[in-house]
Amino acid sequence: MSVLSALMRHSAGRIGLVIIVIFTIAAILGLLGLTPHDPLAQDRLARLQPPGGAYLMGTDLFGRDILSRLMVGIGQSFVVALLSVGLATLVGTILGLTAAWFGGLWDGVAMRTMDVLLAFPAILLALLIVAILEAGMTTSIIAIAVVYTPIFTRVARGPALSLKTRSFVDAARTFGSSRLYILSRHLLGNLVAPLTVQVTLALAWALLTEAALSFLGLGTQPPNPSLGLMLSDSRNLMEMAPWMLIFPAAVIMLAVLGFNLLGDALRDIADPKSRRALT
Amino acid sequence: MTLLSVRDLRVGFGKPGHETEVVHGVDLDVAAGETLAIVGESGSGKSVTAMSINRLVDYGGGRILGGAILLDGTIDIATAPEAALTGLRGREIGMIFQEPMTSLNPVLKVGTQIGEIFAKRHGLSGRAVRTAAIEALERVRIPDAARRLDQAPHQMSGGMLQRIMIAMALAGKPRLMIADEPTTALDVTTQAQILALLAEMQDETGMGLIFITHDIGVVAGIADRVAVMQKGHIVESGPLDDIIDRPQHPYTRHLLEAVPHFRWGSAARQDTVRRPETRSAQALSVEDLSVRFPVGGGFLRQAQGYVHAVDDISFDLLPGETLGIVGESGSGKSTTARAILDLVQPTGGRVSGADGHAVQMVFQNPNASLNPRMDVRTLLSEPIIAAGRRVDASALDRMRMLLHKVDLPEDSLTRYPHEFSGGQRQRICIARALMPEPKTLVLDEAVSALDVSVQARVLDLLVDLQRDFDLAYLFVSHDMAVVERIAHRIAVIYAGRIVEMGDARSVLSDPQHPYTQKLISAVPTIERRRVEFALDTEEVPSTLRPLGWQAPPQHWQDHGPDHRFVTGSGA
Repeated sequence: MSVLSALMRHSAGRIGLVIIVIFTIAAILGLLGLTPHDPLAQDRLARLQPPGGAYLMGTDLFGRDILSRLMVGIGQSFVVALLSVGLATLVGTILGLTAAWFGGLWDGVAMRTMDVLLAFPAILLALLIVAILEAGMTTSIIAIAVVYTPIFTRVARGPALSLKTRSFVDAARTFGSSRLYILSRHLLGNLVAPLTVQVTLALAWALLTEAALSFLGLGTQPPNPSLGLMLSDSRNLMEMAPWMLIFPAAVIMLAVLGFNLLGDALRDIADPKSRRALT
Repeated sequence: MTLLSVRDLRVGFGKPGHETEVVHGVDLDVAAGETLAIVGESGSGKSVTAMSINRLVDYGGGRILGGAILLDGTIDIATAPEAALTGLRGREIGMIFQEPMTSLNPVLKVGTQIGEIFAKRHGLSGRAVRTAAIEALERVRIPDAARRLDQAPHQMSGGMLQRIMIAMALAGKPRLMIADEPTTALDVTTQAQILALLAEMQDETGMGLIFITHDIGVVAGIADRVAVMQKGHIVESGPLDDIIDRPQHPYTRHLLEAVPHFRWGSAARQDTVRRPETRSAQALSVEDLSVRFPVGGGFLRQAQGYVHAVDDISFDLLPGETLGIVGESGSGKSTTARAILDLVQPTGGRVSGADGHAVQMVFQNPNASLNPRMDVRTLLSEPIIAAGRRVDASALDRMRMLLHKVDLPEDSLTRYPHEFSGGQRQRICIARALMPEPKTLVLDEAVSALDVSVQARVLDLLVDLQRDFDLAYLFVSHDMAVVERIAHRIAVIYAGRIVEMGDARSVLSDPQHPYTQKLISAVPTIERRRVEFALDTEEVPSTLRPLGWQAPPQHWQDHGPDHRFVTGSGA
């Protein structure tokens, strides 16, 4: 609760929170099928309708409602972003914690692997994984998770290395506390703040990567709507029907902006505290 | 002649217009060649006052709200523009900080950092800079100065670095030196050298010295006049002898009485439990304990040598008895404690009586040894959970009983560490260590991080707990006055080996080993005023040994019924 009220006092955080809340509501409505029109229904009489009238944001080449398709598209993108970042956080944190705790060979193997992954540009690595597996939502989730795992590994490992030498960890050892207890209560407990910030920022990147994959035809498959696909569809009709481009592009931009503002605000809020906790 | 005169100085922190005042109208005077000691506990405003004199407080978020700081009766530092201050700092007013390790840039050679001063301040260049730097180091008695210039800070000991800091501060030839707890992080023997050095420099150059400390024993050794600070006020000030012998203000009297003063063994505990019939009922016994750390080795490479941190240490502890372990930092006293608890892997020897939860430890810094994200109940539960037991009604009863024993309110259970003071946090640590009903407590510098008056109360608490629970204590400390209060027996560790051990009174009043004698003669006490500490630049021998090195056998000699020491070359 205190984090929420602190976010509302933070001017950038307030804007980010409002954007994300609005998009989340739209996404939930879209996923539940509560859209103004059927996102897949084609209205042959209303092809390429400009915004206004029955279709608030206009229609596409097949006469499908852009607003409805956007709502479902945001839902798809958010699900992919949340699941992939969730997976990356889980794997990355476990790798980072164990690398810091055990050190030695395991640390070397884990961190050098992460370095290799980091050396690839994000989109190239994702493309590689999609090429190996089969294009689709699950593959997108796995690909994006692999791309962002190294970041979480690093975010967890650094502070864990310094927490490991703190006397409360020594104290826990003298009681004979189990390794699991020390790792989960003493190390992970103190990593919550930096990880939360990183999750929020990674959501923005994941959203962009998902859109890029779909744009290239490697993410969500047609006729299912997705933000990247909608952009791709609009390419050749840009001059005739600019609304097909403007609305999905604006949604992607605003969502990324929203997560970034939220992440920055969370960092501002968490920073003095996490600094005190870690030094 | 008055060099510095501070009148009605008020300093605050916070946003302009909404400052919280922390120094409320302080008056100070320092004459050339004089030493003024400012004494107070943490939060008394002594450091803020000092930082205001050269306006460094501006960089710490503080602001001078009123008053005057007159240098030579003409320049008012309180209102001077920043440009004028840059010329004053270093040239007229030098400063030494508490932590030499963090005051030097770790990636630059020492010579580069000293040279910078001569290049910038005195316009020297090339070879002249180096010659001047060597001279500066020789003045603070650094042996082999030319070689030291090419070393990085981490290659030197704390005492050496503090001497370098002093050399750097002196390089500007300041007329006033501000020393903020310059010896607090150092061993007593090193402290004595730093004090001697400062006194000598003062005689040579006639500079005024403001010496900030919490240690009244140090004050007695160095000060001409004393100002006692509490909560941002100077509550009493005057010549050294008046303050120590005839304190007027209750807080000064409290400081003098509460602080453990070193009394050469006469204040040692007399409630010994060591009698012929009790000797077999040991709580803890350590035989030939050794800890070595490999050096220069690595992946697929053999170690080039070993640091013999602890070599063949043996002692035993009876229930209800305290063994004090004293020595300088790096002597191996903390490693001994940690090896008993398996926090470092012993390379050899036997420890009996440390099975299960029979030995528990209390660490130096209570802030670092409590997880800030756990409430007291969770903290106290940890040893129970670790033992595989449930946190049930009887465990909660024990928590409440222990909180009561360590004088903490019962509602502490739902509170978090940051809601407690430093002394209270250490009480939580002690309660936590007692949760699994140990027989022995290892106290590693357990009161060193606390304010002096809090220190005395925690020591009293420890003595009470020892009687109530028949606990054996292994009390590791560099502070002889504190050890004297709590130890029945004392072991002196030097370069990883015990060189003298025995009854506390006998060891402290009649030390036999030369190192023990040196250690005790360096302890500052209020009886020894304006001491001429002998300048001694001898470094502690390195414990880094080549492969296959065996410690030479020690030859012990008895001195009284329970007091023996090492003689001859084995020392």
